[in-house]
Amino acid sequence: MADTSTRTLISETQLNRPLGRAVYWTVLVLVVTAFTLVFLGPLYWLVTGGLKSTQEVIQNPPTFFPQQIHTDTYTEAWSKLNMGRLLFNTLYYAFGALAFQLVFDVAAAYALSKLRPVLGSLILGMMLATLMIPSTVLIVPQYLTVLDLPLLHLNLINTPWAIWLPTVANAFNIFLLKRFFDSVPEELMAAAAIDGASPLRALWSIVLPMSRPILGVVSIFAVVNVWKDFLWPLLVQPDPKNQPLNIGINSLSVGVPQNVVIAALAIASVPTVVFFLIFQRNIMAGLTSGGLKG
Amino acid sequence: MAAISVSARRKTEPPAHADPSQGRAALRQRFRRHLTGHGFLLGALLCFAYFSWYPMVREVIMSFQKTKRGKTTWVGTENLDRIFADPDFWHAWRNTLLFTVLALVLGFAVPFVVAVLLNELRHAKAYLRVLVYLPVMLPPVASVLLFKYFYDPGYGLFNAILKSLHLPTSAWLNSPTTSMLSVVIAATWMNMGGATLIYLAALQGIPGELYEAAELDGAGLLRRIWHVTIPQTRLILSLLLLLQIVATMQVFVEPYLLTGGNGPRNSTLTVVNLIYQYAFSFNNYGSASALGLVMLLVLAGFSALYVRLSRTND
Repeated sequence: MADTSTRTLISETQLNRPLGRAVYWTVLVLVVTAFTLVFLGPLYWLVTGGLKSTQEVIQNPPTFFPQQIHTDTYTEAWSKLNMGRLLFNTLYYAFGALAFQLVFDVAAAYALSKLRPVLGSLILGMMLATLMIPSTVLIVPQYLTVLDLPLLHLNLINTPWAIWLPTVANAFNIFLLKRFFDSVPEELMAAAAIDGASPLRALWSIVLPMSRPILGVVSIFAVVNVWKDFLWPLLVQPDPKNQPLNIGINSLSVGVPQNVVIAALAIASVPTVVFFLIFQRNIMAGLTSGGLKG
Repeated sequence: MAAISVSARRKTEPPAHADPSQGRAALRQRFRRHLTGHGFLLGALLCFAYFSWYPMVREVIMSFQKTKRGKTTWVGTENLDRIFADPDFWHAWRNTLLFTVLALVLGFAVPFVVAVLLNELRHAKAYLRVLVYLPVMLPPVASVLLFKYFYDPGYGLFNAILKSLHLPTSAWLNSPTTSMLSVVIAATWMNMGGATLIYLAALQGIPGELYEAAELDGAGLLRRIWHVTIPQTRLILSLLLLLQIVATMQVFVEPYLLTGGNGPRNSTLTVVNLIYQYAFSFNNYGSASALGLVMLLVLAGFSALYVRLSRTND
């Protein structure tokens, strides 16, 4: 694991001295212990809290190990807080939003990068300008728009469309995708056109296969953003049976015993933790590569 | 793979002749290309128009309008006058600024120190990185309600720890003096992973020769941090500082879930919370929009600064 390729603040020679080595190992053990306590500790409490009885979970002082394992708290949480439904809703919103973003944002970025229709740069500029607007400032007019879609006069409240469609208006996606598509050589596109490939065909067979890394980044953030969103679903999904986890657990937990609520929180955390552990490399790489270029 | 085969089959183009019929064909082809281009743009364009551009315009218009019994009238600056006269407006701004300052002291400095520390470690790096980022991935409801449980003055974990260390316990969320700090601690735990990883990437970009040269010049550890590490990451630091200001000033979830929004004596009422209450508790869209406009103007300054700085970055 030792990484000797680049030198950092402290040099290898300094570390290899007896004193340096002692200090290094002390710091390492301290850091690993502290991080484990601070970041895994709460998760341990989350999982074990759900295994305690209603009395034990609000006992003072708290117990480190559950005196008796109550797995039935989890089944109770599952049924009482309608977790199956909430989980399904969250996944439905997240992957629906992903599909819409992949189709519409990829198409738009492709058009702006390769087809370059008239007014394309103006449109791109107007899209990027929305990055300057803090998202929460617009919640009221956005809510009213979803309540009565102009010209079409549709009410999207309590429908998945209210979650899916606004996620497409993501200038950051367009920016990341367009920047990546710009690096696809123009000669390849010209060659495809000469061979009679339609723009759609060229997108499908040339641009998309070359853009897997950026599609991965966009996809992960599309799913995570919906999974983590709170204020918007709170407004547009007032019906409890349509709510995602974040809203549903909070609204259904009133009057429910503490241990059942904690069990529900643990259940809600499992999918994201698993998702993170699978995609952690891509998530962290995506964060540092595209994260700052907004 | 497909790309390579296409380029291999590339044919040489016949030279174009000055032929009027061909000119018209080229024109038609260009027109078709623009049309396809806009066809590809259509979906995103409609979504931007409906959910971004139109709400932006409407936000400004609504700030100067009032709707009463279904009738909308222009009221000039009445909405603004009214929110300025509302004591909650000043509470909300004071709390939001307090939150931002505290969140920056914790959420800006702590990740930097952590990143510098992580960058020096030769072991367990992957494990520590995953740990720091883990809370960022949790659904906010899970982290926030878990912290609410920890903060409970009666049976919460935090007071139990303080008591076992023979330190004075705290009322945490229930006292107006500590409620905002409690919100900040929870928010920092939830969000510091992102900043830490970005700093870590920036630190890894510092050329090792700089440290070597500094060391040869006799610079100790602290002077190396001060003269190499900080100047080398200054741009990233300032960019992230601006991003964090814009993000933290929009805080909503944490106080909403921890204290129901207002908190003891309005001590955790934030601006976005007040927008929410104006609009959805009092059905006063005019005041909500006016407050949104004020917020927009305040944050636009930071956003503009960010854009200027990130241009110099490229």
